[in-house]
Amino acid sequence: MKPRSNWTRRSINFMVMAVSTLSSFIGIAVLVWVLYEIIYRGIGAFNWDFFTKLPTPPGVEGGGLANAILGTVVITALATLIGVPIGLFAGVFLAEFGLRSKLSGPVRFVSNILMGTPSIIIGVFVYAMLVVTVRHFSGYAGAVALAIIMIPLVARTTEDMLNLVPDTLRESALALGVPRWKTTLDIVFKAAKKGLLTGSLLAVARVSGETAPLLFTALNSPYWPGWLNKPTGNLTVTIYNYAMSPYTDWQQMAWGASLLITLGVLFLTLCARFLLQEKK
Amino acid sequence: MMMPAEKSDNLFCSLAGLVDERKTSTTVDSDPSKQAVKISVRNLNFFYGHHQALFDNTIDLFANQVTAIIGPSGCGKSTHIRTYNRIFELYRNQKAQGQILLDGEDVLSPEMNLIDLRKRVGMIFQKPSPFPMTIFENVAYGLRLHYRIGRNELADRVEMALKRSALWDEVQDKLDRPGTELSGGQQQRLCIARAIAVEPEVLLMDEPSSAIDPVATAKIEDLIEALKEKYTIVLVTHNMQQAARVSDYTAFFYNGSIVEFGRTEQIFKKPAMKQTEDYITGRFG
Ligand SMILES: Nc1ncnc2c1ncn2[C@@H]1O[C@H](COP(=O)(O)OP(=O)(O)O)[C@@H](O)[C@H]1O
Ligand SMILES: [Mg+2]
Repeated sequence: MKPRSNWTRRSINFMVMAVSTLSSFIGIAVLVWVLYEIIYRGIGAFNWDFFTKLPTPPGVEGGGLANAILGTVVITALATLIGVPIGLFAGVFLAEFGLRSKLSGPVRFVSNILMGTPSIIIGVFVYAMLVVTVRHFSGYAGAVALAIIMIPLVARTTEDMLNLVPDTLRESALALGVPRWKTTLDIVFKAAKKGLLTGSLLAVARVSGETAPLLFTALNSPYWPGWLNKPTGNLTVTIYNYAMSPYTDWQQMAWGASLLITLGVLFLTLCARFLLQEKK
Repeated sequence: MMMPAEKSDNLFCSLAGLVDERKTSTTVDSDPSKQAVKISVRNLNFFYGHHQALFDNTIDLFANQVTAIIGPSGCGKSTHIRTYNRIFELYRNQKAQGQILLDGEDVLSPEMNLIDLRKRVGMIFQKPSPFPMTIFENVAYGLRLHYRIGRNELADRVEMALKRSALWDEVQDKLDRPGTELSGGQQQRLCIARAIAVEPEVLLMDEPSSAIDPVATAKIEDLIEALKEKYTIVLVTHNMQQAARVSDYTAFFYNGSIVEFGRTEQIFKKPAMKQTEDYITGRFG
């Protein structure tokens, strides 16, 4: 047998290195390009009016996206209020009580499927359930759609974070006579607090950029959100509508909205990162 | 803990010597039949799924005595004591059969109130696991859970528990610091304080000093001596010197069965069973 030549080994090594380096550069370059375009084109839209005024018809000077900004914040907040608790308790079920239950397998399976479901399908589902039945679009339907997207995300991270808490801690609590539910809420939650908060923040970040589910539910509106019981302005659908329009001032607004959403998601992600690092 | 490499018979003598040294301080009646039985175990079998880990364990534990449980790793020591407070029920597929009487009450019966049982039977684990709260809260938590008490009494009780677990001097200035900031040995004493604060009747200790340094171990051994005034103590240990030093009775477990049970000096000086002798002289294990 002939020994493999050193040359062959080295050239293979070089090729693998080159391909992987190139791939990562392509990935990063695209990201930087997108970010650059959004900042470069979006920053010009930022002014006082953008944050405080209602939209104007095309061609009319001034105006802003105050209603859409507020709408996105309110819809996302309501979605968080619905989705995070349900997700948390689903995660608690899977991690803490599922061990003794035959239901945990199916629940985990369905949750994984839900997580992989395209968000537009969830939008259509909520459209059928909450829009068709009452015959109008509404902000709360949008919040429900976003909440449905959040539930499996929060459930998964909750389960993972609770599984990181060592069983010895649960045993010590139970051995002291602490009831099971109190062990979970008082002691296991405290131990996993940062992880749970991080998971919820990332889920919020994830849905705050969703467009498709809102297109079928909250739709969009040039007016203030009110009680969310009618079509409700929001940033993502505004981007969709304005970017497609032939008017340059609307297109400009769409860039501004894109930048704002990107900054928001970045902010939430950084908070999550910060929390997670503080833990160690 | 590793056995020293000296010849096994020497070790045997030195262990017997340990028993002798402290015998003077032991004032118990040497006749077991005259002592109050705190826990009485009859034909206890235990299963992990289909794997049987305990076989017909029968043993009496005497009140206000320290009973050591020794035996090679994996022989069922932990499994055995984890039935006394039914902590194994946290896991699916773990099942105990037989009878465990705590002052005559059937521990394994479905009517037994688990919260009450675990208040009466405290447990210290191998790995110290303070709750993710302050030192004060760690001890106060169980007190608030089991008693309705005012703030002043709570503070007094916490102080008392920390004193009894020989930790007070080290933590009195930092009661509001997280319990996890303490050293391993201190954490273990915090867990002991947490357990004794609620005034249990029995204290189960599963290798409480195997994860901590020798100085802290010595402190915990002193503590065990002091605590048996009030509590019935079951000490699982794979350290035979420790068993010889602190226990009144010793049970030798092997492959899920109780091979021999008796007064510690008898077990270490004149073991009745060949297996026991082989184990304590370091011929296996
Ligand atoms: N969670 C478990 N699942 C299955 N088998 C276990 C489990 N824990 C312990 N065992 C088995 O039960 C036997 C006794 O274990 P254990 O009580 O932990 O021994 P010891 O405490 O004496 O070292 C061992 O054979 C071990 O493999
Ligand atoms: Mg063990």
